[in-house]
Amino acid sequence: MVRPMVHAFQIWGTKMVLDVNSGSVFEVDDLVYDVLKFYEELSPEDVIAKLKEKYAESEIEEAIEELDILKAQGLLFSGANLDPAVELLNEKKYVKALCLNVAHDCNLRCRYCFASKGHYDGARQLMSKEVAKNAIDFLLQRSGGLKNLEVDFFGGEPLMAFDTIKYVVSYARSLEDKYNKKFHFTVTTNCLLLDDEIMDYLHKNMDNIVMSLDGRKMVNDRMRVRADGSGSYDRVVSNIKKLVALRKRDGKDYYVRGTFTKYNLDFAKDVIHMADLGFEEISIEPVVGKEGDFLIDEGDLETVYRQYDEIAREYIKRKTSGENPFRFYHFNIDIYKGPCLQKRLSACGAGREYLAVTPDGEIYPCHQFIGKREFVLGDVFEKTLDEDVIKKLKDTHVLAKPDCVSCWAKFFCSGGCSANNYEMNGDLNLPNKISCSLQKKRIEYALYLAVKAGMQSEKNRLLC
Amino acid sequence: MKHIKVIHKGNLCDNEAIFLSGCGECQASCQSACKTSCTVANQVCQKEKE
Ligand code: SF4
Ligand code: SF4
Repeated sequence: MVRPMVHAFQIWGTKMVLDVNSGSVFEVDDLVYDVLKFYEELSPEDVIAKLKEKYAESEIEEAIEELDILKAQGLLFSGANLDPAVELLNEKKYVKALCLNVAHDCNLRCRYCFASKGHYDGARQLMSKEVAKNAIDFLLQRSGGLKNLEVDFFGGEPLMAFDTIKYVVSYARSLEDKYNKKFHFTVTTNCLLLDDEIMDYLHKNMDNIVMSLDGRKMVNDRMRVRADGSGSYDRVVSNIKKLVALRKRDGKDYYVRGTFTKYNLDFAKDVIHMADLGFEEISIEPVVGKEGDFLIDEGDLETVYRQYDEIAREYIKRKTSGENPFRFYHFNIDIYKGPCLQKRLSACGAGREYLAVTPDGEIYPCHQFIGKREFVLGDVFEKTLDEDVIKKLKDTHVLAKPDCVSCWAKFFCSGGCSANNYEMNGDLNLPNKISCSLQKKRIEYALYLAVKAGMQSEKNRLLC
Repeated sequence: MKHIKVIHKGNLCDNEAIFLSGCGECQASCQSACKTSCTVANQVCQKEKE
């Protein structure tokens, strides 16, 4: 059983309540907001006694009655028995997505890179066609009845292995009909190597293209540098502009994504900068890591919260005026028809439905585990997986994480990143406090925007 | 209701919803900073998409 839980919060004077287990969302007045502070613990008489200085008794009674009605309908303080859902989750055995690290090499030396500047503490290496072919065969073999399969080209810088990418796409496509599968390809690139030919190819073949840029030139060029120390902004921005124009023209998915660090705690300006460049799909993430002068600490949280506030204001302003509107990835939460419960429980599925393959064919739970030998699952030639490692990853769903079980954000966040938990806390299931604080703040803004969007007519919806 | 405006009536953890969920066809969702990073709630149900 998960216990009933509501989360009451406010943004710019709008007071909202989320019922965690049903996913119901309400806008409430000051009175209900105050009543909710005592509603669970106290009797109606005691609630009235607490609040009668501030509100009329009859009004308080009315508010309690309204809460009672919603509670009786299972829309507030709803409980849930999720044991069957966890059982269903544990029965799942199929692999649906592979992160192919086609290049353990990079033409940048970003200071915050988790992959040790591209090579994951191993040799600089590109994936051969033979490894790639076996990886696709492995995915087909392990995917059971799933139709939609995913391959994400990652690195290092994946475009350094462009031939391997082309090979994988044509090989996988050639098998789609025979096996009744549909492959979805994505690539995450630093955009340095993009030329017209590569752009054209990626645009045609990738379902999503994720392009890295940290925002303003001085911000980007402090972190995202070449081996000789020179910044990458000028080259990268002109390439991203071209590729984004293609994606926009044909309505295809892309993201321009960045990382913020202690050096740009005013990163709302970076989001605005990217929006001004005409990029409409933007994401910017807190840097993660254990060492470095660029890491974010507890003392930075208030400043970071203010950035989300500013991004939300700008987001609404631009959506309303139509001038360089943008979508901020973390705010894209659809409260009406988001993902199903199983998805929310299982999260990324690292080590279960999602695996990563290194250039020499080793299989890991995901790209962030690469190099941690205790997590090697097997290799694409043998095509068998180590049961002990599978077991380690099996119970990393959100309800297996004690902090998450008691967290109101659990069905939106799904328990954060297990790899990051392991790196920071030595425990797959122990979330990082700073990530949690940021996650919750972003979700509050996302819910606010969803509440406001719901109040607009279709034509003027704030969210698209 | 006078004090509460219902924005969305959810049924996320209903028994029926539990058994209907989990077809496994939707996009995998890495939440790490270096990827298409997302909160899982950003994801769209593949059935709704099709
Ligand atoms: S990782 Fe943190 S924010 Fe996410 S559900 Fe767990 S405790 Fe909540
Ligand atoms: S463990 Fe973290 S890095 Fe790995 S797939 Fe999951 S969210 Fe992404």
